[in-house]
Amino acid sequence: MLPDTFPDPLPPALRDLLQRDDPAPHAAMSRRSFLKLTGLGGLALGAFPLIAAAQGTAAKTESLKPTQQPSAFLHIDADGVVTVAINRLEFGQGVQTALPMILAEELDADWSKVRTRFGDSSPAYADPAYGMHITGGSNSVKNSFVQYRELGARARAMLLSAAAARWNVDVAALRTESGKVLGPGGRSLGYGELAEAAMAQPVPARVALKDPKNFRLIGRATPRLDGGAKSSGRQDFGIDVHLPGQLTAVIAHPPVFGARLRTVDDKAARRVKGVKAVLRVPLERGGEGVAVLADGYWPAKQGREALALEWDTAGVERVDSARQLAQYRELAAQPGPRHFDADMTPLDNAPHRIEAEFVFPYLAHAPMEPLNCTVRIGADGAELWVGTQFPGIDGQAAARVFGLKPEQVKVHVQMAGGGFGRRAVGSSDYVVEACEIAKAARAAGFDAPVRMVWSREDDIRGGYYRPMHLHRARIGFDGRGRVLAWDHVLVGQSIAAGTPFEGGMIKNGVDRSAVEGMREPYPLPMRLTVHHPKLNVPVLWWRSVGSTHTAFVMETLLDEIARATQQDPVAYRLALFGDQHPRHRAALQLAVDKSGYGKRRLPAGRAWGVAVHESFSSVVAYVVEASLQQGRPVLHRVTAGVHCNLAVNPRGVEAQVQGAAMMALSMCLPGAAITFKDGEVEQRNFDAYTVARITEAPEFDVHIVPSAEPPTGMGEPGLPPLAPAFANAIARLTGQPIRELPFQLA
Amino acid sequence: MITLDINGHEHTLDVAPDTPLLWALRDTLGLTGTKFGCGAALCGACTVHLDGQAVRSCITPISAAAGKKVTTIEAATDGGDRIGAAVRDAWVKHDVAQCGYCQSGQIMSATAFLKSLPQGKQPTPEEIDAAMAGNLCRCGTYARIRAAIADAARTIA
Repeated sequence: MLPDTFPDPLPPALRDLLQRDDPAPHAAMSRRSFLKLTGLGGLALGAFPLIAAAQGTAAKTESLKPTQQPSAFLHIDADGVVTVAINRLEFGQGVQTALPMILAEELDADWSKVRTRFGDSSPAYADPAYGMHITGGSNSVKNSFVQYRELGARARAMLLSAAAARWNVDVAALRTESGKVLGPGGRSLGYGELAEAAMAQPVPARVALKDPKNFRLIGRATPRLDGGAKSSGRQDFGIDVHLPGQLTAVIAHPPVFGARLRTVDDKAARRVKGVKAVLRVPLERGGEGVAVLADGYWPAKQGREALALEWDTAGVERVDSARQLAQYRELAAQPGPRHFDADMTPLDNAPHRIEAEFVFPYLAHAPMEPLNCTVRIGADGAELWVGTQFPGIDGQAAARVFGLKPEQVKVHVQMAGGGFGRRAVGSSDYVVEACEIAKAARAAGFDAPVRMVWSREDDIRGGYYRPMHLHRARIGFDGRGRVLAWDHVLVGQSIAAGTPFEGGMIKNGVDRSAVEGMREPYPLPMRLTVHHPKLNVPVLWWRSVGSTHTAFVMETLLDEIARATQQDPVAYRLALFGDQHPRHRAALQLAVDKSGYGKRRLPAGRAWGVAVHESFSSVVAYVVEASLQQGRPVLHRVTAGVHCNLAVNPRGVEAQVQGAAMMALSMCLPGAAITFKDGEVEQRNFDAYTVARITEAPEFDVHIVPSAEPPTGMGEPGLPPLAPAFANAIARLTGQPIRELPFQLA
Repeated sequence: MITLDINGHEHTLDVAPDTPLLWALRDTLGLTGTKFGCGAALCGACTVHLDGQAVRSCITPISAAAGKKVTTIEAATDGGDRIGAAVRDAWVKHDVAQCGYCQSGQIMSATAFLKSLPQGKQPTPEEIDAAMAGNLCRCGTYARIRAAIADAARTIA
């Protein structure tokens, strides 16, 4: 989600957006302290510091940015319960546990008293590197590691100062431990007892951080903080938001992206019990939709089914998958922008050659929680409740719909039931849709919050897919497997084109999100030509973005060269790494050692498969065991070697690797494709669009290379190498390489 | 008007008899622990118990639930049911949830499965997979689901 090559710094278009997202009222934040005033219990953390500042009781530290102010992130109540604000969307990746671990480490908090809450679209919750509230690119822990450590350390320093003043002793005589300040003579005060006094202490701009060897919490396998709620039906998600008087909207989308309505007959829909209104709303790409507003989802859905709609697709491109593939093949034969270049003259006379074509389909993210957004329009602004990776961009988009200033829109980030990139949309598609419906409802006289809920069919057919890609490779190599020339062509829609990210991500006609993972880290003489056709299909980043296809191409082709030259695929890769790329070598070697690869005999009919890939600054290697059962590829066992530098929560890393691998396994299974016929998506629901089930899940072991270096992200890097490792095992059994996802056996 | 026995309490609902139980639970009664995933009995997120049997509430009309005992995730895991509590505790212990959206349905399927086993019988891995094959998890928590169910089965033996 967000390519590995996401621009840093941000492109100008985004910076402009964000500067507008930094309204004047937040200037008061520089004076914030971190504790609530006595007697103000129950206030939202984000609200009280403004009051504190207004009353002149808060300490001043003008030099700190909003993202550095403990006040916006930390609340300690009188009982010592520490509430940490999360500056990200939690959608399964575990940041709601990892980020407070980081803060609590430096705070020396009592972990059993740590709670969390989510931030909103305020500037305090911007990513410190990107300057916007953004969840993607596996960046949450990576970019907020130092930030959350410093927040915890600043708060600890303030608590220490307060205790020193209380006891009239030097701060140097004090220490902290598990939510307490300990002083000379066995004196002890809980953080809760010191909270109010600590608020009056200055916020230190500079703080010393712990030596990592003294970490007690960071690096410890820690259960998720939301595990209890999520194991008892008590966790609320965006779809569970219920505001007084709320109405539910279900919308009829055009069957072809951008189609308009020719006729609307809503008589039957209006007769459905519970239906309040039928509203025509504008959609993106010049399209239109019809929203049915009702007192619950079911009547709204029944109302939608009772609509008789005729659509006008004149002038709208109707994509057809078979035709598209033919067009991509034609395009692949033409010259295009070069991303890498190398001398291709050795190709024609190379002793060995491989010519390969790969096809990857469109993929839907299909998070388990259907997309939804709840909108309340008030007298002087609007509020949104939505599980979004882009609350800032979505808030801006909502403001444009309502004709409001950005600071008049507040986005309440909700716990999300998955997302995988689908909640990070530059056009804010589903958020804008909900806002258009709320606006139309208000114009029709409904002064009520509106919750828009998509059906699963809306989700599968709703666009913003991982783009379809075609790769072509011509490789010449010698008898030792040394690549002499590699001529590669890649065809696929650009994700960034036409979005605010275009300026930063497209260079010399090449969208970096399409080519990330190509060639790296191997020293290969590669020429890479890229084509970005434009089609009437919205596309988007999908967990691990470009590496969803580039890792497959690279890791299966290298395996094929190793097979063709009778080399062990592990030894071949290690030889290519040479004395470079120590993290790749360590991850691969760990997976090899733990799997028993090369040492253990496999049951008859099984074969080993290997792949390794770096994405989002982390390296994952897989050694897998697979077989064919009645001609069907089956994945039996996976051993992972992971290099993510310091693993903040190893248990969370394990979960992300297993989960990403299962999402990758889904890509290999029959039915894991979105296809088009006459402009319409052919799949509707989970019967036709495959998501892996428990019966397909392999046995799974995850091993992490020990490291004390600053952590890199793990939301996505577990995905790319799984499908090629699986394909390499199957190719060993059949002797035929796999060139297509989902797997097509020759 | 239809009267339903939900989690041991009678509720009289003024909704159309063909309304799926899922929406009566979520929108009418505010029991939002039961989740909407596909609306077509393909993903299992909406699983509840009807007289102890796991059913997909998204395609079960409330008329079919009348006269039967409906149990939802909220009651199955509140501690009153020994097996439901064991499953909940195993889910927490094994840190199964990621996004967590499908887990209500997973837990309801697992609980019904364990209740269906003869006293003391430990399920095989194949039996666990077969019982859980109707529940999708896009986060891919299956390895931990298997471990949690096996653990819960040992706990209640």
